[in-house]
Amino acid sequence: MEYQIIWFILWGVLWAVYFMLDGFDFGVGILHNLLGKNEMEKRLIVNSIGPVWDGNEVWLITAGGATFAAFPTTYALMFSYLYSALLIILFGLILRGVAFEFRGKVDSNSWKKVWDAAVFFGSFVPALLFGVAFGNIFQGLPMDADGYHGTLLSLLNPYGLLTGIFFVLMFTEHGALWLAMKTTGELGERAAVLSRKLWFALCTTAVLFLIYTNFATRLYANYVGNIILFAVPALAVISLLGVKIFVSVKQYTKAFYSSCVTIFMVVFTGITGLYPDLIPSSIDSSYSLTIFNSSSSIYTLKIMTGVVLVFVPVVIAYQIWIYRIFRQSLKPDDIVNNKESY
Amino acid sequence: MDALTLSRLQFAATSMFHFIFVPLTLGLSILVAYMETRYVRTNDEMYLKMTKFWGKLFLINFAIGVVTGITLEFQFGMNWAEYSKYVGDIFGAPLAIEATVAFFLESSFIGLWIFGWNKVSKKLHALAIWLVAVATNLSALWILLANGWMQHPVGFVIRNNRAEMVDFTAMLTNSYGLLKFFHTVFSGYVVAAFFVMGISAFHLLKKNNPALFKASFRTAALFGLVSSLAVFIIGDFHAAEVARTQPTKFAAMESVWDTQKAAPYNLLLIPDPANERNTVEALGIPRLLSFLAFHDGNAEVKGLKEFSKDERPPVIPVLLSFRGMAALGILFMLLACIGSIIALRGRLETNPLFLRIMLYALPLPYIAAQLGWIVAEVGRQPWIVYGVLKTADAVSKNVSPLQVLTSLIGFTLLYGFLGVIDIYLLFKYARKGPDDDLSTIIKTARGQEV
Repeated sequence: MEYQIIWFILWGVLWAVYFMLDGFDFGVGILHNLLGKNEMEKRLIVNSIGPVWDGNEVWLITAGGATFAAFPTTYALMFSYLYSALLIILFGLILRGVAFEFRGKVDSNSWKKVWDAAVFFGSFVPALLFGVAFGNIFQGLPMDADGYHGTLLSLLNPYGLLTGIFFVLMFTEHGALWLAMKTTGELGERAAVLSRKLWFALCTTAVLFLIYTNFATRLYANYVGNIILFAVPALAVISLLGVKIFVSVKQYTKAFYSSCVTIFMVVFTGITGLYPDLIPSSIDSSYSLTIFNSSSSIYTLKIMTGVVLVFVPVVIAYQIWIYRIFRQSLKPDDIVNNKESY
Repeated sequence: MDALTLSRLQFAATSMFHFIFVPLTLGLSILVAYMETRYVRTNDEMYLKMTKFWGKLFLINFAIGVVTGITLEFQFGMNWAEYSKYVGDIFGAPLAIEATVAFFLESSFIGLWIFGWNKVSKKLHALAIWLVAVATNLSALWILLANGWMQHPVGFVIRNNRAEMVDFTAMLTNSYGLLKFFHTVFSGYVVAAFFVMGISAFHLLKKNNPALFKASFRTAALFGLVSSLAVFIIGDFHAAEVARTQPTKFAAMESVWDTQKAAPYNLLLIPDPANERNTVEALGIPRLLSFLAFHDGNAEVKGLKEFSKDERPPVIPVLLSFRGMAALGILFMLLACIGSIIALRGRLETNPLFLRIMLYALPLPYIAAQLGWIVAEVGRQPWIVYGVLKTADAVSKNVSPLQVLTSLIGFTLLYGFLGVIDIYLLFKYARKGPDDDLSTIIKTARGQEV
């Protein structure tokens, strides 16, 4: 297989794993104020992702770094064209990260309120804007010989916004399932009830997204050419139905895993449709950034393939191991007994 | 102002802010790991208290270091798209490797360390912080190899209108990058050593927990002594490497205008860049500059006049930063040496004056680290990749000055806010001292035996 194709798949995997993992952090952050009725519940919510959110976020840095190393032209243009959107995402991620660490460091209600707001902003806004950004990538950016002709506002077109809302709902559902799995008592119950309600909104949006994609993008062209690829969106749909089934029998861990598959497959539905583009041009397809016209040299791709094939499995192994150490659901005692908790 | 100037200002502001937090992380991770290892070995609860006290300060500092690092990775693409396109084939690799090899390790195991006190064995818990320390230093290696390549590009050819990598090993073994790595991490250890000595001095002056803070001070003093010597010795080789590979930077560091053999080192210099000369050159030590540059007292040192005006860096900021950094470096060796002697003799508490000096010396290594980066980055101008690509040709073409101005204001406000909060929290927890509530600590300690 050509190295560009290997890297296209790796590129997709890195983004998909990022959204699958940081997705529930975003969801948990969005639900933090809504579900947490008192200080202990709020602490349970942030502490449920405490041991893992930072490791999850690194998938984003790796996805960005891999884009830089493997497809430098795409990295350069994607990041400079989407300047303002990425800037806001960045501010959100910065605030979210420090909010987790600083929230519990001063014993004052107004202090906590500031960081609670930061947790919400830093989760909701990146979730929305990542969706908007990917929606716009799916439909192509207005770019030609003179560069980019869009603005922050032009990203907020109907399809971009729909994708943004879709991402927010997908991550919120994911976060609700995480909390249903990770917390007990009333809080866990409330998260479970919410996940049931949210599912209908998510499902409706998913259907709208799949239909609108046919009109707003050229993503389905690849699928029509190769029917077997329909397995990807089909798995997304099946796993989304799986979420519903597992939630209704109160199997929240299985529902959460099912939701992981949904997110992974939704991202891959888009990625598969893009091939061989990384970012299509919406005005002149000869200016689309493809995996061939924007890639690094084969020499660099070979080295990076070696690095990734050796180290990413190691990363996955120790991340799974750490998830397993913290697999039990979190109880108030766990927080009280560990003074280092958030 | 144009997008270029604003982008440069933004990169300077965001990377300098990031580098307030990084050096402490580099060194304090090792010190905390050492303290926890002592606890595991001796079972002495004082070391547990020490680990937790310094660990808390470590985490407050670490949080901002991590989140502000993402900005830097994004900015290469956002503001420096032409640069990223031109050198991404070779520059992207170390960044991606840094994330894969180091960031994952660091961010995954810091979670285990913070939340794992009651979950894993004592040894495994100590291993977690050691892995964080290794990962942090490993991340410095990759980013400094990347920066080393910008300073002294190797292992590439210009092909397809860009720099393409042809020799990965050359980048890995680039002596510029390796010297920069060692110089920088040891300077981080000095920051951490002075941080621990400064705060320990504060508590020793107040007679809080003297046993714990004497032990902390002693460890930090020895660590600081070794590190400050290493920074200085490596710095000497680093300067020679600069003279060999970046003659314009070296000339600016010492304000040398005319090429000369057996060049003296002028202790007193007042440059006059407009007239390409020095108004004052006094207290010269014969042949010393030639010796520093090439380890040969008769060697020829190139002057700035050898290079056309549009290939010279600004002299005054580079000269002042270099001299400031070097003078501080000497001071650190001295203070760490005195500190080690007093601490080893057990006479810290009877030397309040020295303790007070060490308290106020706390910010100095931070300043030296920033000055060092000014020498490195301003001294490289007008190049972004020395001799290959100019900074002016590297900026994004599609980003408007208004966009950059907005983001610069945004960063200034956000970082200003975070900086104030972080310093407030560091003060609060540093002043508070270790947790004396032994009951919970013993409970936790027992919990770990599971």
